[in-house]
Amino acid sequence: MASAFEYAPAPESRSVVDIAPSYGLFIDGEFTDAADGKVFKTVSPSSEEVLSEVAQAGAADVDRAVKAARKAFEKWSALPGSERAKYLFRIARIIQERSRELAVLETLDNGKPIKETRDADLPLVAAHFFYYAGWADKLDHAGYGANPRPLGVAGQVIPWNFPLLMLAWKIAPALATGNTVVLKPAETTPLSALFFADICRQAGLPKGVVNILTGYGDAGAALVQHPDVDKVAFTGSTAVGKAIARQVAGTDKKVTLELGGKGANIVFDDAPIDQAVEGIVTGIFFNQGQVCCAGSRLLVQESIQDELLDSLKRRLSTLRLGDPLDKNTDIGAINSQEQLSRITALVETGEAEGAERWSAPCDLPSSGYWFAPTLFTNVTQAHTIARDEIFGPVLSVLSFRTPDEAVAKANNSQYGLSAGIWTEKGSRILAVANKLRAGVVWANTFNKFDPTSPFGGYKESGFGREGGRHGLEAYLDVR
Amino acid sequence: MSDNRLSVFKTYKLYVGGKFPRSESGRVYEVTAKTSAADAAGKGTWLANAPQASRKDARDAVVAARKAFGGWSGATAYNRGQILYRIAEMLEGRKHQFVREVADAEGLSKSKAAAVVDAAIDRWVWYAGWTDKIGQIVGGANPVAGPFFNLSTPEPTGVVAVVAPQKSSFLGLVSVVAPVIATGNTAVVIASADAPLPALSLGEVLATSDLPGGVVNILSGKTAELAAPLASHQDVNAIDLTGADADLAKELEIAAADNLKRVLRPPVSRHHPEKEAQSSDRPQAVDGDDWSADPGTHRLTAFLETKTVWHPTGALGVSGSSY
Repeated sequence: MASAFEYAPAPESRSVVDIAPSYGLFIDGEFTDAADGKVFKTVSPSSEEVLSEVAQAGAADVDRAVKAARKAFEKWSALPGSERAKYLFRIARIIQERSRELAVLETLDNGKPIKETRDADLPLVAAHFFYYAGWADKLDHAGYGANPRPLGVAGQVIPWNFPLLMLAWKIAPALATGNTVVLKPAETTPLSALFFADICRQAGLPKGVVNILTGYGDAGAALVQHPDVDKVAFTGSTAVGKAIARQVAGTDKKVTLELGGKGANIVFDDAPIDQAVEGIVTGIFFNQGQVCCAGSRLLVQESIQDELLDSLKRRLSTLRLGDPLDKNTDIGAINSQEQLSRITALVETGEAEGAERWSAPCDLPSSGYWFAPTLFTNVTQAHTIARDEIFGPVLSVLSFRTPDEAVAKANNSQYGLSAGIWTEKGSRILAVANKLRAGVVWANTFNKFDPTSPFGGYKESGFGREGGRHGLEAYLDVR
Repeated sequence: MSDNRLSVFKTYKLYVGGKFPRSESGRVYEVTAKTSAADAAGKGTWLANAPQASRKDARDAVVAARKAFGGWSGATAYNRGQILYRIAEMLEGRKHQFVREVADAEGLSKSKAAAVVDAAIDRWVWYAGWTDKIGQIVGGANPVAGPFFNLSTPEPTGVVAVVAPQKSSFLGLVSVVAPVIATGNTAVVIASADAPLPALSLGEVLATSDLPGGVVNILSGKTAELAAPLASHQDVNAIDLTGADADLAKELEIAAADNLKRVLRPPVSRHHPEKEAQSSDRPQAVDGDDWSADPGTHRLTAFLETKTVWHPTGALGVSGSSY
């Protein structure tokens, strides 16, 4: 489909962010080299340009960081909650001040559109710190008994899809409750966490309270298994989540896991079609579908399937894929070559198993990692693309006839993170939401997040909740 | 009545799916009385042959528990509360039987056993009252920054495998089973290996308390033999390791990771070096909880999931009217 009209380029300026040629690990308030001197490069997924070279943490660095966090824990946990609160409020405000810089940085390092980092990631990051700052001196009133105690040193491993937001989800509640942290960002998106280290410095946060270790999975594993880590928080794949659950077995480490999903987005025949189409697009093409709670399975009532798919394809044809820094860009780059290969392989499996592929007609840039918005019809519940998390801009469409069938199909998954319901009928929303085995259900909306709202999964999507009063429990010594 | 009358022994059976089967394996094992300080001569007295359940029995119990989950989790909290209270009523009427069984099982004097049974009955009452209150305590509306009504509600996790305490054969058992089913989960319970009789008799009480069959399933036998297939079972959602020793608990937690079961570890305190030192030379450290203490809510919340639902609120009154 030819574009109705052309857009002039509208790039956000890169000059707002100054990326150094190299970064160290942030341990005990100082940037330092890795013990073995190893480094790795981080590239911009939209251009494959090398952005910087960062230190690659190993087991020795993990040990050093955990020791720093342990040392800092004594004073940090003894601070009055009102003082911890003020540090976190400072951090929230500095993030707001530096919001545009961080948005551009995140877009460069991650590949997601500036529209998203500017309007979703960064406002949520600041809000999360602001929210948990307020809890720090109110823990007696949180419903976990009088004077609930922190756990100690939290080892936190986060993914690359929302680098700074996942950092906020981990660090804000940990610090508010009096823990100290060692956090490992993903190897493909290390930069915003290192900029956050600078924000800690500006906020005057005591040394060792936050330690940032850039590195690969081996550093994450060493952190999880370090004997002096009291709390493990992980967001990432279900496979790694299971490995972590095995590694902490028999220890006293408290664990929360936020893992994969295969969210069902259920559209009933009375749903407003245009609104549902926008919701489906938000559900699976936000952040190129690299979202654990993505609505990656569309369950559409049979009577409106053709009409809905026509509208959806028309809408997908208007999505603008390209330079993530362009303010008009809807679809950015896939985060890495590795992820692009995984998406490509699963899409090939989908075709090989007999599902019918349709991809939006758009030109892909010649450099960088790109995948056109894609949907599959003729999908059955047994198909790989209906069961496995693709973590990319790929939607599997299934149909149903009755609400019971919709619920049964939605729940037919090892995962249970998210779901969506589109209908004008209020009682149906409540009845269906009640039956869905998923931690977050969006009715007539999708992919909404808020620091006050608990987020987390059922079944193999992990356990524990992040956000809200519920999110405090993960960092308190309460059973 | 003549003192010479020969008594009628009870055949102790499993409680699975609301029925009382023998083990499919045909196996039984001898259960003997514990020695009490008051009655040293009671040592080793034969009490009964308990069924020695097999892995197959454990899997059958999971099927029964799964089948019961929809109805039980869908029952109103008020209804669940009344049924739990009914269990207390039924127990009160059979108190003498349980006092005798607990005294034999745990080597307690009659008066101590009576206190334990009283506490167990009261525990059912405590949890009966929780069924329609926990939702307000741990759920509620969240003040999100946008035009949404955002509500978090606790829901039962599903089928819960329970390794019941080894020593506290009745109060401990009730203390771990009641909170699991109060919130709408269904349970497969492994009774104390050496003292399973109070648990098996509890099945008879549950069967006459309007509790739907399959909500609680009770197995007796070797703890490890039964716990292993439950910990690795793909249709079990959670496991309570209270009655497992440290080595077994670790093994079961590793197996439970296969489908990311929620795991409630055996009670040990965190970061008390003196206790950690102790625990290293007591591999059989089990039943760490003081069952007479205030149970709190942690056994309820351990097997709950939080579901959060977002509803758009629309935007009436945007013209500025205050009322």
